[in-house]
Amino acid sequence: MRTQTYILNMGPQHPSTHGVFRIILELDGEVVVKAKAVPGYLHRGIEKLAELRTYPQVIPYTDRMDYLASMLMNWGYVAAVEKLMGIEVPERAEYIRVIVGELSRIASHLVAVGTYSVDIGGFTGFLYCFRDRERVLDLLEMVSGSRMTFSYFRIGGVADDLPPEFFPTLDKFLHDLPSLCDEYDGLITGNEIFQARTKFVGIIPPDVAVNYGLTGPNLRASGVLYDLRKVRPYSVYDRFDFEVPLGKNGDCFDRFAIRIKEIRQSARIIRQAVDGLPEGPIMAKVPRVIKPPKGEAYAEIESSKGVFGCYVVSDGSTQPYRVHFRRPSFINLGYLEKLLEGWKIADVIAILGSLDIVLGEVDC
Amino acid sequence: MGENLFTGIAAWMRTALLDIGTPPLLSEFIVLLVKLLAVIIFVSLNVLWLVYMERKVCAYIQCRIGPNRVGPKGLLQTVADVLKLLGKEIIVPRRVDKIVYLAAPLLVFVPPMMAFAVIPWGNGMAPVEMNIGIFYVLAVASLSTLIFWMGGWSSYNKYSLVGGMRVVAQMVSYELPLVLALLGVVMLAGTLNINDIVNAQRQVWFVFAQPLAFLIYLTAGISEVNRVPFDLVEGESEIIAGPYTEYSGMAYAMYMLAEYANMMVVACMATIMFLGGWLAPFGWTFLPSWFWFFIKVYALIFLFMWIRWTYPRIRVDQLMGFGWKVLVPLSLANIFVTGVGMYVYRAIGW
Repeated sequence: MRTQTYILNMGPQHPSTHGVFRIILELDGEVVVKAKAVPGYLHRGIEKLAELRTYPQVIPYTDRMDYLASMLMNWGYVAAVEKLMGIEVPERAEYIRVIVGELSRIASHLVAVGTYSVDIGGFTGFLYCFRDRERVLDLLEMVSGSRMTFSYFRIGGVADDLPPEFFPTLDKFLHDLPSLCDEYDGLITGNEIFQARTKFVGIIPPDVAVNYGLTGPNLRASGVLYDLRKVRPYSVYDRFDFEVPLGKNGDCFDRFAIRIKEIRQSARIIRQAVDGLPEGPIMAKVPRVIKPPKGEAYAEIESSKGVFGCYVVSDGSTQPYRVHFRRPSFINLGYLEKLLEGWKIADVIAILGSLDIVLGEVDC
Repeated sequence: MGENLFTGIAAWMRTALLDIGTPPLLSEFIVLLVKLLAVIIFVSLNVLWLVYMERKVCAYIQCRIGPNRVGPKGLLQTVADVLKLLGKEIIVPRRVDKIVYLAAPLLVFVPPMMAFAVIPWGNGMAPVEMNIGIFYVLAVASLSTLIFWMGGWSSYNKYSLVGGMRVVAQMVSYELPLVLALLGVVMLAGTLNINDIVNAQRQVWFVFAQPLAFLIYLTAGISEVNRVPFDLVEGESEIIAGPYTEYSGMAYAMYMLAEYANMMVVACMATIMFLGGWLAPFGWTFLPSWFWFFIKVYALIFLFMWIRWTYPRIRVDQLMGFGWKVLVPLSLANIFVTGVGMYVYRAIGW
């Protein structure tokens, strides 16, 4: 019998591409013969926009990259400018940054876990995760007054001190978090069908993951121990005791399960940071007009999606000459086309979902 | 309490018609017409209730409240939704096969409605008595495959086409274990007449005599009505909505409502074949037989909803593998064991 392949245009309007991502699939029945990823539908030219803004004005733009973990996006940018200007951030500010940064990571991972449950077809897990993410957003709203785009970091510190009502609420949330994680494990991770759908699907071998520059949970799921917080500690991360969860097979299941484990570890870090929170100022002595000396700096942090890097070039004026962001979501997509080949339509969604991309960050 | 409520109404109508001088044949026909009409109206209204029930059940499973604005406790929510959808335009894309495309949502209610014609809602409450009732229901229910496929094929959309192909593959392969599972019960009862099968369960419900067949039937039944974990036909996260992708307005609503009517058929059949139909358990006859029937049916439907909002969806190859490699052999084995068991039973002569 003569058969022929056909082209299925998945996205940019599709419920499971996590935004306006497009994949052109060449299918033989339900099996993918060839896949072509087409990002760029959310491109806003943030890097170019930054060149026409003063240094502090760029911070709100970074919010709009990974809008699920805006705090971490802020952090990457201010870290680069601080490095350029040689600013020493006060200790209390660093601790606050760790607390809100890890909360942001938890919020981001909760979205990853929840939406992955929907991708596989279970809607209830999604709502459980979003119910709990709401509590994180409430906490971050107390701190910054905003729920998604915080713009809380400042060059040299943070915008405001933690409010007193923040601590009891955080304490209660951290107390509940392990049992909430157990709930996700029981509902989603432990499910027989979920495991059948995700185990040994979309395997990324460790050497491939390294060669393609994958970072974050996607890299660690392949069993490569690389977490900037551990291997090259920035800020005050060297003072906290936490583990870096690793996967074994590098399949969709590992990439999913590792995020729940990271939520648990983040809770540990927050607990230690709150206990060890020193007194002192929350802003370094920073000139009113930020005018870094001529030069360039690159700083990177471990964001929820991977290594988020920021490269800033200064020509000595109040506006950056060039800003470049290393967006982990985008780089993690590099291997997608090869990864999808040979899997079924349903697996395309499972694999794409397991990479946990945010289109604001992919397209920047 | 109202054991003979409905049969009483039918008898009263028959005598009333005869009293005013209607010929017996005509009055029989009118009574039958009224019965069928009553079932059609009941099933349509019941579908609205099932949608509401689904939304409430899923809301409570997901720590939400669910619809609570329209009418008391949100009871009129589905009515409002349907009215809204009635007012929406049915968009017909340019290159669809118009006749087939528009016929499919019209026809989609036909198979479940036809199946309801022989379902006994209570003692002696089947609209039509038929001595091959089971056979009839199975034959009619499998027609819906064709209608879903019509929608998928005519839509001129690749997602619809994939969904339509999945319908055919899935329904054909799950029809088989479904029928084979029921065969065990038919063997025990020795009849295809639905009333006789219910009456054969006076001593013990067939769910205890045929537990494996019951589980196979439930699994295959969930697959027949395309619900999670076998909802590959719609698979909203991968193929948008399968065959329904291009439909809008009431045409879409018809598909959605038909799904619940089909679910009702599956639950009714499971009740009749395995849960003793309208028989009261433990001799609790203080409730009328039709009441017991509905308790059992809704309990099963609640189970379907519970499963739907707990499980994720399986993949198409796993679905086929599970159907052909697990369910079919198991149901064949069940028939074999049942046959041997019956033979031994008779040989011992208990």
